[in-house]
Amino acid sequence: MSGKIATITSGKGGVGKTTATANIGAALADLGFSVVCIDADIGLRNLDVVMGLENRIVYDLVDVIEGRCKLRQAMIRDKRLEEFYLIPAAQTRDKTAVSPQDMIRLTDELRADFDWILIDSPAGIERGFRNAIAPADIVVIITNPEVSAVRDADRIIGLVEAEDKGPGRLIINRVKPEMIKRGDMLGTEDVLDVLAIELVGVVPDDESVIVAANKGLAVVLDPRSKAGVAFRNIARRLSGENVEFEALDEQDGFFGRLSRLVKSGGEG
Amino acid sequence: MNTPLAIKGIRDGLLITVPAGDWTEVLPNLLETIRQQEDFFRGARLAFQIEDRELSAAELGHLRDMLAEEEITLWAILTTSETTKIAAADLGLAQELSGKSCAEDEEGLPLESRLQGEEAVLVERTLRSGHNIRYAGHVIILGDVNPGAEIISGGHVIVWGRLRGTVHAGAGGDESATVCALDLSPTQLRIAGQIAVSPSRRSKTMPEIACIRDGQLVAEPWQA
Repeated sequence: MSGKIATITSGKGGVGKTTATANIGAALADLGFSVVCIDADIGLRNLDVVMGLENRIVYDLVDVIEGRCKLRQAMIRDKRLEEFYLIPAAQTRDKTAVSPQDMIRLTDELRADFDWILIDSPAGIERGFRNAIAPADIVVIITNPEVSAVRDADRIIGLVEAEDKGPGRLIINRVKPEMIKRGDMLGTEDVLDVLAIELVGVVPDDESVIVAANKGLAVVLDPRSKAGVAFRNIARRLSGENVEFEALDEQDGFFGRLSRLVKSGGEG
Repeated sequence: MNTPLAIKGIRDGLLITVPAGDWTEVLPNLLETIRQQEDFFRGARLAFQIEDRELSAAELGHLRDMLAEEEITLWAILTTSETTKIAAADLGLAQELSGKSCAEDEEGLPLESRLQGEEAVLVERTLRSGHNIRYAGHVIILGDVNPGAEIISGGHVIVWGRLRGTVHAGAGGDESATVCALDLSPTQLRIAGQIAVSPSRRSKTMPEIACIRDGQLVAEPWQA
């Protein structure tokens, strides 16, 4: 088996990297893939909290890298899904405890045993970000429909390109269709107009995401959640399926506009 | 009147050929010229070609400190004088241009001149937020210039795409410089000493050219 390594990053903080990592991971595992998520946000770990695994942590990423435990010992299995694991970040250290080469070595070891290795990148463009993207086969850039988040995403895309990691793929998170309709929020088209990379998903703003995260559950396991559906479809698109973009708002032609955009999204 | 400085864009930054004359006169002139064009030089990495001039470590150190005040990095001294070579080595300055090139450029931006002889740089990519191009000659971009990206050029700037970042043409004071783009809506546009911001977005975009006419920065549609 030779797994794919996908890094989820954004530049700006608070756009939903950790939630996206947990949910895309859960969705891939639910599709039958074996998945391991790595929290690369050393010093500010919270993927474990979102996944509801905080109380099971014994060893962490830095322990593995510094040889205090075996890789398998630091891997925590998800509460519900069989083939879904987490390697938590260390909370008491900082980003300099790990180097990009360490990450490449670690993930190469995991590649043999897993279909997907997801890395939750810290915010920013410094060491932690470099660590997170060093081993990536695919870089998923997540942004919100806000000018500041889009600006940071643009910077990140530039840095990812400079590292020869391809143009990256885009998720637009926390979209509010009714605000876009009123002209108060950047539309998907506006975001793609600037970033001009392949879109893999548009996730609506959905309270069920917060509710699920607070309970340490993945929202993708809730079939009624719109955001859950969006994350499931992102997972399917990442694994190579051709999935039509879901309608965010049934009343207008948003869906039609979206599918048009997706076709032109990869240019530039 | 200052002697004009010979400035050349190289892979590693800018190469300045220091004119002949007494150092105590040349240095103030040099600094004055740099200050007059501070927008162009700010953040630049400079190499100095000083031929056989003899400079002590103290003089070179002073030069480096003066440049640092203008946010300019002095990284190399090209000289044939043994005294100066030793002084430069003491200060940890490079003495040749090759070898220390691309690795230092954190973005790894390809800055290759395709128009040999003509001082122009051709950039075949979209400039994203945080990218910047500084070049003493003309700058040609095949792609977009996104908000947050910056171009500072000694000559003309041509963007075959959407120009939405910040652009400064004729940064050395050349008022005949122009900026043209398929969609000219920069965050800020400067030509020589003049600054303008784009009017709020128009519905229709067309190729435009900005230049200084009668002391005014104007933008007009490009008529083929």
